[in-house]
Amino acid sequence: MPDTITINGTDHTLPSDPRVSLLDFLRHDLGLSGTKKGCDHGQCGACTVIVNGMRINSCLTLAALHDGDDVTTIEGLGTPENPSALQAAFVEHDGYQCGYCTPGQICSATAMLDEIKAGFASDASESLDGEMEASADEIRERMSGNLCRCGAYANIVAAIRDVASQGETA
Amino acid sequence: MRPFDLQRPDSLEHARNLSTGETATLIAGGTNLLDLMKLQVEVPERVVAIDRLGMNEIQATEDGGLRIGALVTNTATANDARIRSDYPVLARAILAGATQQLRNRATTGGNLCQRTRCYYFTNIDQPCNKREPGSGCGAIEGIARLHGVLGTSSSCIATYPGDMAVAMSALDATVEIVSADGSERSVPVRDFHLLPGDTPWRDNVL
Repeated sequence: MPDTITINGTDHTLPSDPRVSLLDFLRHDLGLSGTKKGCDHGQCGACTVIVNGMRINSCLTLAALHDGDDVTTIEGLGTPENPSALQAAFVEHDGYQCGYCTPGQICSATAMLDEIKAGFASDASESLDGEMEASADEIRERMSGNLCRCGAYANIVAAIRDVASQGETA
Repeated sequence: MRPFDLQRPDSLEHARNLSTGETATLIAGGTNLLDLMKLQVEVPERVVAIDRLGMNEIQATEDGGLRIGALVTNTATANDARIRSDYPVLARAILAGATQQLRNRATTGGNLCQRTRCYYFTNIDQPCNKREPGSGCGAIEGIARLHGVLGTSSSCIATYPGDMAVAMSALDATVEIVSADGSERSVPVRDFHLLPGDTPWRDNVL
């Protein structure tokens, strides 16, 4: 089977051991340690990456099944010199304490803002149809797959709302 | 995780041939299976990936219903315009569970087949008749929050954990099943899952 995966614009050969999760492939094989291993069971969201535009838990998927896929990790969203809007907003709003969950939070929020634009509903949406708003309640529900043990949630929501409002006025 | 042989067939027929035997299991989104394989609750010798078999569309049926492919993700189902307008209870049930990251991978077929979240089932140091027939049930005399009250048996009080199937049951949905020998049958969703009875290791009619 073809066994190439594109990560942050660069092609890589997939591992031969089928047990390797996408998370372990990123961190151990490629040295892309920005993606974090928190629980390794799909509960904390620290391992969130964007695959073909959709955010997923990279710990709960086999790397070998991602040939041909296009993956974006926190390293692909921006750099310290040229951060993405969300990366800059997390710094501006102090959206972290220890920072361990932050790459997952930012990857998740990046995809989440696209989901809102695409009209995806959430459990917090009053209506399943129509335009979705990036309200605080919506953000809290939509980001519920990303846990922060430091409890920086208020500032995480503030950072995401800031970027969402920029997007609406831009 | 124990070593396993990973297969990725291109046809349903090939998948059927690869899937025979107790040591083979199917993987779709993998959000439930891989979690359990890491815990060594599931220890398949062969894993058959079915992600290349199509079954990823929601089609209108002649009698005015919808046919949801086994590999349609929970996100795709919840956001389908027809399901939102005609079967909102299904969209709402899906959105009420899990997280967006999980719903983006989780599939319709996998959701129906997900295994119980009984803590004794997911802990291989504990007795569990569902995981290891004959070993006993830790939950009956143990911590039984979230466990069954109705439909239990003397060997198991575990519940099926999904929300999606509940909405599908309310909607009188049926499951189309292709067996390893190629035979086909339809089973109402409300008859798909089995009560534990004397055979708690059988979650469903498959």
